[in-house]
Amino acid sequence: MGVKLLLDKAHVEGIRYYDVYRREGGYRSVEKALKMSPADIVEEVKKSGLRGRGGAGFPAGMKWSFIAKPEGVPRHLVCNADESEPGTFKDRYLMEFLPHLLIEGLIVASFALGSNATYIYIRGEYAWIPDILEQAINEAKANGWLGKNIQGSGFDCEIYVQRGAGAYICGEETALIESLEGKRGNPRIKPPFPAVKGVWDRPTVVNNVETLAAVVPVINMGGEAYSKIGVGKSTGTKLISACGNINKPGVYEIDMTISVEEFVYSDEYCGGIPNGKRLKACIPGGSSVPILPANLLFKTAKGEQRMMNYESLSDGGFATGSMMGSGGFIVLDEDQCVVKHTLTLARFYRHESCGQCSPCREGTGWMEKILKNIETGKGKMTDIDLLWDIQRKIEGNTICPLGDAAAWPVAAAIRHFRDEFEWHVNNPELCLTQNFGLAHYADAREVVA
Amino acid sequence: MAQFTEERLAKVKEIIARYPDGKQKSALLPVLHLAQEQFGWLSSETMDYVAGLLQIEPIEVYEVATFYSMYNLKPVGKYMFEVCQTGPCMVRGSEDIIEYIKQKLGIKVGETTADGLFTLKTVECLGACGYAPMMQLGKHYREHLTKEKVDAIIEECRRNAAANN
Ligand SMILES: Cc1cc2nc3c(=O)[nH]c(=O)nc-3n(C[C@H](O)[C@H](O)[C@H](O)COP(=O)(O)O)c2cc1C
Ligand code: SF4
Ligand code: FES
Repeated sequence: MGVKLLLDKAHVEGIRYYDVYRREGGYRSVEKALKMSPADIVEEVKKSGLRGRGGAGFPAGMKWSFIAKPEGVPRHLVCNADESEPGTFKDRYLMEFLPHLLIEGLIVASFALGSNATYIYIRGEYAWIPDILEQAINEAKANGWLGKNIQGSGFDCEIYVQRGAGAYICGEETALIESLEGKRGNPRIKPPFPAVKGVWDRPTVVNNVETLAAVVPVINMGGEAYSKIGVGKSTGTKLISACGNINKPGVYEIDMTISVEEFVYSDEYCGGIPNGKRLKACIPGGSSVPILPANLLFKTAKGEQRMMNYESLSDGGFATGSMMGSGGFIVLDEDQCVVKHTLTLARFYRHESCGQCSPCREGTGWMEKILKNIETGKGKMTDIDLLWDIQRKIEGNTICPLGDAAAWPVAAAIRHFRDEFEWHVNNPELCLTQNFGLAHYADAREVVA
Repeated sequence: MAQFTEERLAKVKEIIARYPDGKQKSALLPVLHLAQEQFGWLSSETMDYVAGLLQIEPIEVYEVATFYSMYNLKPVGKYMFEVCQTGPCMVRGSEDIIEYIKQKLGIKVGETTADGLFTLKTVECLGACGYAPMMQLGKHYREHLTKEKVDAIIEECRRNAAANN
């Protein structure tokens, strides 16, 4: 069993409620933090090596140290609970089952950043979760952890929950800020960065739910001790939401020293592939990151075992690697069609493009159309190159990274599964009733055996 | 005339108080949710009413209402089945579920049954990929869907509708 820092108490009966949570050691990090200076807290988070868990992996302590502190201007912490990247459902788990852990982390972070009004921006579809969070906030307030003069420290803090209304783009931090201001979720051009000009033009830090929850163990154990868990720049633990063709879909906390193979096959985690099927491919970090065929999933191009951490998952770059991303781990078995799966993702990005930049707005639509043609046996060989060309023209040419996020899955699918695309073109009738199957993307397990 | 209940008006006030003075526009998304809860969908009359409440221009409300997928700009059935169709749900059988609902209710995606009870909609990933196939029904998710579960949900809705009439 790996180290658990976030979900260690998840199965304690009643942990959703304050009394149980407090009895189990909850809110100790707030007690500790209020005795420290905000700058020292930032220092601890820096030392911990904690990286943002929302997808980009930016060091949290460093982000906090960038927040501008102009005289007389209030600052805000905003918790990004928009969680809309296909394959990702870990923040939901934290909020539903351990709401106090998030609230505790938010109080510590609010104190460190000097935020007297902190907002949780949650995707609108998670419509029942604001009630859970508000209940936890009210309990925390009733016990003196929120409100005026928290625990006699002189620090005031309120936490508010704001629901979005169905827009993936509002997970992008500047779109989120626009949305919080009551506008369409159109990302802003950076700079200025939110740390200087965020919500209502005030200095703002936006962090993911899991990042903020992880602040609790960082403060409790100290940054130094936290940094010793994991490996290299992948410190601490990471929540992985696993789905697709596996026996045990769900949310798992891993310390980042286990191998991808163990994660897929161990009964402690995914529990293998159902019905004796073989593994075909995996998208290891949410829909935006490159898909990997089985042979590259368990072993890097150098022949080393691939591990579940930031560095190892991206080993080989986009040519032969992928990314940790948001931790949305999507497994496809031998019966799945990569073209069709990629089509659903292309449709998703077309649907979610905010429409501000033409390469993204037009390109996502074209990619969906061409993929649909190929999938339904109406594609031409030249369409594959056209797809490649379009994705390249989107990548790097847009205001926000949604363009890249839309381009990468298509690029990786063609890069690794080109023969499957060609097979569709060459077999326009057959591809309607049958799938390409596993072909040479052998299940790494068999190669090993 | 669109008019909030007293309870909702109090809620609007409470929400506006969360933001700095003069930033009441920030309340727009939550207030539109309240409006949709009460009226079922957002007519232009309702949107104008919300604009008045928040002292912003009607166009600012239209802009937002048309951007976000959860706001209904036309009337919908009493029960809206929003079935996720993105990759992870697709590999766990969402297409079969969508087909089954279509047959069972005799409507296509985007349509409402003649009795006004059911609307079928397909949506993109709702953050329940590990519990697929799934749909949103009102405030909650229905997960691990099977044909039997769909039957039971339809029955449940019919019973509730009959009980409320
Ligand atoms: C299109 C798009 C969608 C995003 N969605 C989310 C999201 O749902 N949740 C999240 O925490 N970060 C999301 N991000 C990343 C945020 O912009 C931001 O980097 C993150 O909230 C920072 O938090 P962290 O440093 O704690 O990870 C998204 C980014 C993009 C470009
Ligand atoms: S890249 Fe796409 S989503 Fe991002 S700002 Fe441009 S059009 Fe909008
Ligand atoms: S893909 Fe359906 S809930 Fe995520």
